[in-house]
Amino acid sequence: MTTRAPSKETATGDDRIIKAGAELILDALEEQGVEVIFGYPGGAVLPIYDALHRRDSIRHILVRHEQGAVHMAEGYARATGKPGVVLVTSGPGATNAVTGLADALLDSIPLICITGQVARKLIGTDAFQECDTIGITRACTKHNYLATSPHKLSSIVHEAFHVATTGRPGPVVIDVPKDVQFEEAPYVSRKDAPLRAARADVPLTDRQIEETVDLMRHARRPILYTGGGIINAGPQASAALRELARVTGFPVTSTLMGLGAFPAADPQWLGMLGMHGSVEANHAMHDCDLMICIGARFDDRVTGRLDAFSPGSRKIHVDIDPSSINKNVNVDIGIVGDAGKVIQSFLDQWQRREKMALYDHGRTKEWWARINDWRGVNSFAYAKDDAVIKPQYAIERLYQLTKDRDVYVTTEVGQHQMWAAQHFHFEEPNRWMTSGGLGTMGYGLPAAVGVQVAHPDALVIDIAGDGSVQMTMQEMSTAVQFGLPVKIFILNNSYLGMVRQWQELLHDRRYAHSYSDALPDFVKLAEAYGGVGLRAETPAELDDKIREMINVDKPVLFDCVVTQEENVFPMIPSGAAHNEMLLGGSVTGDEIGKEGRALV
Amino acid sequence: MSLHPSQSVYPVSENSEEEIESILAVIVDNEPGTLARVVGLFSARSYNIESLTVAETDGEKHRSRITIVTRGVPSTIEQIKAQLGRLIPVRRVSDVSREQDALQRELALVKVVGEGEQRVEAMRMAEIFRARAVDITHSSFVFEVTGARDKINAFLDLMRPLGLSDVARTGVLSIRRGVLKD
Repeated sequence: MTTRAPSKETATGDDRIIKAGAELILDALEEQGVEVIFGYPGGAVLPIYDALHRRDSIRHILVRHEQGAVHMAEGYARATGKPGVVLVTSGPGATNAVTGLADALLDSIPLICITGQVARKLIGTDAFQECDTIGITRACTKHNYLATSPHKLSSIVHEAFHVATTGRPGPVVIDVPKDVQFEEAPYVSRKDAPLRAARADVPLTDRQIEETVDLMRHARRPILYTGGGIINAGPQASAALRELARVTGFPVTSTLMGLGAFPAADPQWLGMLGMHGSVEANHAMHDCDLMICIGARFDDRVTGRLDAFSPGSRKIHVDIDPSSINKNVNVDIGIVGDAGKVIQSFLDQWQRREKMALYDHGRTKEWWARINDWRGVNSFAYAKDDAVIKPQYAIERLYQLTKDRDVYVTTEVGQHQMWAAQHFHFEEPNRWMTSGGLGTMGYGLPAAVGVQVAHPDALVIDIAGDGSVQMTMQEMSTAVQFGLPVKIFILNNSYLGMVRQWQELLHDRRYAHSYSDALPDFVKLAEAYGGVGLRAETPAELDDKIREMINVDKPVLFDCVVTQEENVFPMIPSGAAHNEMLLGGSVTGDEIGKEGRALV
Repeated sequence: MSLHPSQSVYPVSENSEEEIESILAVIVDNEPGTLARVVGLFSARSYNIESLTVAETDGEKHRSRITIVTRGVPSTIEQIKAQLGRLIPVRRVSDVSREQDALQRELALVKVVGEGEQRVEAMRMAEIFRARAVDITHSSFVFEVTGARDKINAFLDLMRPLGLSDVARTGVLSIRRGVLKD
C-alpha cells in the first residue's frame, strides 16, 4: 500500500494513521488492487478528486457522461474478470449512473460505484445536487451503502468489493457525504474489515453430482445449455466445460451472455440458442431428453413459450444464485454452486465411473444424426447481394479479417447485436461484451473504451447500429483524449432495425418513428471528435476499408451502409416454442398469435 | 387476494397450485434501510404482504426480527425465501408456518360502540375470547385481545353486528416452541 501524500498524518495510541475520508477511500481502493477509475468530478466529490490528484497510483479516465463511466467499468470488468470502479458526484451524477448500474445488475457484472453526497447536515433538506441516491439505486444494485462516518469508510469499501465479487457478482454503490470525505479517521485494512456477503452457501452434495452423472451416462439426447455464469466463474470454468464436452461427446449451446466459454470452431458447438439462435440449438433444446443448464437462468429470450419448453427432458440446473433455481422452469436437480467447481465435480465423478465401465458413445449417435440434419438447414444463411452490403456479410468479413488478431468485441443493442452473435465467432471467454439482460442501447461504445483501457494493444471493436451509437456517442471524445483506438463499426441501415422488424411482424409495416431521418454524417462526426471516419457503401470496397480501419491507430467511426430492411432470422416469435422458428424469406405479418402480441 | 403474474413474459398455463399463507421470520442486521430493502423486494416482484411486524430483538448484535405474513402458491413462497436470502443484511429466513411447533400471536385493540342488549352481548363474547376491556364508557368498550390471526378475525366477525367501530392490530408475531431456535 502506497500513500505518497497523505493529508495530515497523526500517530494515535493504536499507532494507526489517521487520514481524511477521501484518502481512506483511495487507500482501500489501492489495497483492493484498483488500477483505474472511470469518473466525472463535481461538487460533492471534490475532496476525493483532490486526493486523487496527489497520487499517481490510480489512473483516472475522465468520461463525458456518467452512464459512459459505468459501461466503461463494465467493459473493463468483463474483459479482465476484475471489478470495475466508477466515481461520480451527487444528484445528476448518481442518477446518470443508474442505467449502467441496472445493466450490471442484470448481467451480473462486478462494479463499485462511489457517489458523492451532500454533507450530512444537509441530507434531507433538498440541497443543491441532492438526491436520495441510496433509495434510487436500491433496486438496481446488489447492495448499497451510505457512509455516515469516516470510521466505517475503509471497511465499507472492503465489504463492497467482497459483495460485488462473491456469489453472483453485481454492482455496489457507496454514497459518501462530502463532509465525510474530509473528516479524519483511522484506516482499516482488508484483513481487519468485517465482511458480509449474500447468504448463499448451500453445500454441494455428492448425491446430486452422482445423480447428474447417472443421468448423463444414460442420456440418449443430451445437451449442455451454458451461460454467462461460466464466464463469470473464470477461465478455469471454461476449461472444465471443454473437458466435460470432450469426455462426454455432448453437444453444447450457449446463451448470448456465454459466447466464448466454448470454442465456436469445435464440432460439438451448436451456436447460440434462443429467440435468434440457430435451428440446431433450439431444436436440440426442444427435443432433448437431458438438459444440463450451467450458469444460465432460463431467461424468456431463451425459453420462448414456457409451457412448451423442452417438454420431454430431465433438467439439471447449476447456478450460484439459489433464487435462479426453479424460478422460471422447474428442474429435476438444482445444484447451487460455482460453475467451474461443479463442472469439475461432474468430471471427477464421470472419470470414477469410467474406470468401472467405459462410456458407450454410440448412445448419442442417432441424436447427432438428427442434429446434423438440423445443421443442414443452415439457418444463419442469407441472400447475398453484389450491389449493396448485407449486414450479415459485413460481420462475416469483419470476422474473417480480424480473427487472427487479439480481438475483443462489444455491441450495442438491436439487430446488429444479433448478427454479431450469429456471424462473429469466439474461441475464448471474456472476448465478447454485450448488454444481454437489460438490453441497453449505448452500451457498446463506452464498454469498448473500458476494454481498450484494460488491453491497450488489443483490437477492440464495437459492432454498433446507427441508432444505438448515438446514445453514448460523446464518449468518442474520451477515446480521443486517452488515445484509446477503439473501432466503432456501425451497421447503418437508417432504421431502428429491431423496432422496424417487430413493426413489420406485428403492425402491418406501419413504421412509426423507427426511421432515422436526420442521421449525422458519421465520417465528419469522427473527424470533428479528432478521430478517423471511414465509409463503405459497396461489397467491393468493404474489405479494403476494414483493413484501413484496423491499421489506423486512432479511434475510428466506420459507417458501413447496409441494406435497409433486412430482418434477423431465424426467429422464435413471441409466444411460440423452440420448434416453431421462423426462417429467412418473406414475412406475412401473421406469424405472431394473439397472445404473443402482448409480449416483448 | 391478488393473482400472481407469471414470472416470464410468455403465457404460462394456469397455475393449478393452491395459494397458501406463509409466515416468514427474517432475521436482519438492524441498519438504516434494511426494512426498505425487504419491503421493496416484495413490491418490485409483486409479492403480497398481509402483515408485517418489526423490532430489534438483539441490541448487542443489532439484529431485528421481521415477521411477514404472505400468500402465494408454494413455488412463489420458495422464490420469496430465495430472494430474501440475496439481501446482504438478511442473516436468516425461516418459514415459521411450515414448522409443526410454531406459536403464533397477534394483539388487537377493538373499539365497540353500542347500548343496551348489544353491550351485554359484546361483553359476554369478549369473556369467551379472553379479551380484556381496557377502556369503558357508557356507550363504548375498547377490548384488548390476543391470539392467532384466525382467532382475532373470528372475534372481529362477532363484534361487527354489535357495533364494531375501530380496530388496531399489531401484525403477527411467531416463534418456535421448545428448545430449538428459529
